[in-house]
Amino acid sequence: MLNNQGRSTQPAEAHGAARETFTGNRALDIEESLIFDQNRFDTTGVDVDEPAPFSDRLGGMSRASELELPGLSEPEMVRHYVRLSRKNYSIDTGMFPLGSCTMKHNPRLNEKMARLPGFGDVHPLQPQSTVQGALMLMQELSRWLIELTNMSAVALSPKAGAHGELAGMMAIKAAIASRGEDQTRKTVLVPDSAHGTNPATAALIGFDVQSVPAGEDGLVHPAAVKEKLGPHVAAIMLTNPNTCGLFEREIVEIAAAVHEAGGYFYCDGANFNAIVGIARPGDLGVDAMHINLHKTFSTPHGGGGPGSGPVVLSERLAAFAPLPFLAKDGEGLKLVEERDGNQAFGRMTAFQGQMGMYVRALSYILSHGSDGLRQASQDAVLNANYVRACLSDIFSQPFGDRACMHEVLFDETWLKGTHVSTLDFAKALIDEGFHPMTVYFPLVVKGAMLIEPTESESRASLDLFVMAMRDLAFRALRGDEERFAKAPRFSPRARLDETRAARNPVLKWKKREAWAEAAE
Amino acid sequence: MRYLPHTPQDREDMLAKIGVASIDDLFADIPKDKLLPGLVDLPRRKSEMEVERTLSAMAGRNVSASSVAFFVGAGAYKHHVPASVDHLIQRSEFLTSYTPYQPEIAQGTLQYLFEFQTQVARLVAMDVANASMYDGSTGCGEAVLMAHRVTRRRKALLSGGLHPHYAEVVRTLSDMADDAVTTLPPDVQAQEDIVAQIDKETSCVVVQSPDVFGNIRDLEPIAEACHANGALLIAVFTEAVSLGLVKAPGEMGADIVVGEGQSIGNALNFGGPYVGLFATREKYIRQMPGRLCGETVDANGKRGFVLTLSTREQHIRREKATSNICTNSGLCALAFSMHMTLLGGVGLKRLARVNHANAVKLAALLESAGVEVLNRTFFNEFTIRTKGDSAAAVEAMAQRGVLAGVPVSRLLPRAGLDDLLIVANTEVNTDEDRTAFVSAIKAAQ
Repeated sequence: MLNNQGRSTQPAEAHGAARETFTGNRALDIEESLIFDQNRFDTTGVDVDEPAPFSDRLGGMSRASELELPGLSEPEMVRHYVRLSRKNYSIDTGMFPLGSCTMKHNPRLNEKMARLPGFGDVHPLQPQSTVQGALMLMQELSRWLIELTNMSAVALSPKAGAHGELAGMMAIKAAIASRGEDQTRKTVLVPDSAHGTNPATAALIGFDVQSVPAGEDGLVHPAAVKEKLGPHVAAIMLTNPNTCGLFEREIVEIAAAVHEAGGYFYCDGANFNAIVGIARPGDLGVDAMHINLHKTFSTPHGGGGPGSGPVVLSERLAAFAPLPFLAKDGEGLKLVEERDGNQAFGRMTAFQGQMGMYVRALSYILSHGSDGLRQASQDAVLNANYVRACLSDIFSQPFGDRACMHEVLFDETWLKGTHVSTLDFAKALIDEGFHPMTVYFPLVVKGAMLIEPTESESRASLDLFVMAMRDLAFRALRGDEERFAKAPRFSPRARLDETRAARNPVLKWKKREAWAEAAE
Repeated sequence: MRYLPHTPQDREDMLAKIGVASIDDLFADIPKDKLLPGLVDLPRRKSEMEVERTLSAMAGRNVSASSVAFFVGAGAYKHHVPASVDHLIQRSEFLTSYTPYQPEIAQGTLQYLFEFQTQVARLVAMDVANASMYDGSTGCGEAVLMAHRVTRRRKALLSGGLHPHYAEVVRTLSDMADDAVTTLPPDVQAQEDIVAQIDKETSCVVVQSPDVFGNIRDLEPIAEACHANGALLIAVFTEAVSLGLVKAPGEMGADIVVGEGQSIGNALNFGGPYVGLFATREKYIRQMPGRLCGETVDANGKRGFVLTLSTREQHIRREKATSNICTNSGLCALAFSMHMTLLGGVGLKRLARVNHANAVKLAALLESAGVEVLNRTFFNEFTIRTKGDSAAAVEAMAQRGVLAGVPVSRLLPRAGLDDLLIVANTEVNTDEDRTAFVSAIKAAQ
């Protein structure tokens, strides 16, 4: 049984911990019950007056079932969410070196710009004559994305990275169909190190996924690709820089081989932030690449979204974009929303995508400019290599000690003989005040620890992180298992029982009585 | 550059520690001939003030909803959002956190997702809801794919009252996956006989209520026909506020419910970001797409929350996953949940009645002015007939400070419905707005 503070109602001693305070709170660390536990089902925190009596036009289709939802007054509601917020780690709290996820600073100017009434308070289906400024913004963002990638076109509408992948792969499928090869080219090659979204996306639209092995050096080699190529191959999906934090050196040759075999080259752009202003995917032979605006161009991750995943397309694919797309219309701009007279493959979402994210991304881009974007990529790569240089004497690297891009990958070899796992190590890092690195990804590396500091970290911040990492490493190697087995010790919750959550899923709140019944 | 902390000296020292002579050495893996020789030909960095000036100028060229009498709906709605909502979602710990993969330090996000799932499930009267989709339309596409998985059939049947963009999203996915989809003709007055179209190959029937033309539909007979044929009923809504007043899909036998949650807590944003609501029956949870948050305990026996049932998801299952979705719409789900926490059931019902009352008032005003309202039933949106082209009427009315609605031709360009206009009326519309609407439409035709 749990009481309404979320604590066990059994004596605390039963869990071996003495009850430290009457409330269970510890100064700023305050327990917060669920909104449903606050007995506020008959109130509201919004002042809305009942309308004057009128005869409805619902045709007898009124709601009959209860709408039992709590309504908190504003002070209660504000306190609830402020308390919840304090149980979260964030970039603004501290370093968040989550590899592959690019947790860089989110400038507040971007938030301010997205909330200008001319952007935030505009409806997607207003007459286009009343939204020319919004279309201009989309046009300007498109110009930057096309220039920075040296591609021919961009489809802005995909809602997130995986949605952008889907758009890119749909464009490829449409192009193949236009060549009359849709019944024969059905295979997509994906390296084992790829993000899970890559094979999932290809499979979603009916492609067969075939894996391509990487070499001992963590890179994909043309020979391995050529072995799999043929008239049945539609495309290859390659991440570059790859998920091991390495630049695929032979990418140009791989692209050429794929093209020669009649296939297309999809590049997962999750790691584009390493090379913005330094190299352009269009020059490397890429046909389609999504750009995570929430990674590369720093729109906030928001606890898991919303993202935005525009996809840039090469000349060969430019015609096969999703709807809607922008076109010139006399002096102004218009959204083309129909399939008439073009080869667009159709619509991927209602309306025109994540406008709020376009504004933030453009605000970031204009702030940096061509020089700042290049500098940001350089600093991101510099920081990752600095961390590598400061740790490589202890932490083992799966592919030897060599320069990385914007993230550095370690494996678990160095932990051999200790009773500390990669997961334990990550949890101990929480106690030191850091968000852990990405662990156990990429899947091809055992006990992977993928560290992406981003360009936002100062040298002092990196030095503290490095010292904490080294201190923990010494403890692990010295056999200080206590430190790791119980970690994290100072977070709002200790390790959570994920097996229990999956075995007996409780996915919504239930009344106390229902709880009691369930317990019996 | 104000966002980059390093000084030139820092960079030099760090390069020395790494053991390379210059930053270029760290990019040695990129083929030499593919390195950009200098900066791309685009403007250099700008100060905050300059960026603000540039973007404000663009924003200034748009007509914002609050600056006019505003009646545009058809899938996105102008509602009042309490100030506390937008303030609180900008708390650093919400705004700048990541997907809660480390649950010990993400209980804030996880608890609000658990609360969100409960609110959504109760709102639509279903067993379980997920932690959100990108938006209603992509949720609709995912629901059809889920129905295919559950029924092991591959033929979807879409109502002519389904928002045309939603139908197009489903069609795009289905075309690409070689699944069959039948879309019934535009059904302005909810007269279609969709039940007659269901057969033993149908995996799902997708019906929206209130539909895109504003009609409220009775889903119960459709649900019965679906179940008799082994198909699923997917119920769609685009106006979440309607659920405070109109019969919930869960009350009428829906198997999957998807909807747009923008109306509650979220701004119009010219189309996004929004938040997709997705709910289903308990027996189908393992076929659901998207993230799910579940309750558990920590090592000290305290209640806590984690992401769960992730064996459905792409990062574990790869090409065998239920969906390729990774990102959800976390912060928009938070805004939805916060606004709902203020409203409560009591406030939402009242808000819904105000919306309906306002729409009834406008319909009566228009009818007495001789304008035809086509709906027999509606919630806060209905379809009227204009004299001549409705898109032209909208442009003309815009000149008089009234954004009157969405011409059906904008959504269905070749349907021959060019004289129809979809008009929404929420709590933000005043009596003055409605009077302005009536005089503007008289002047326009």
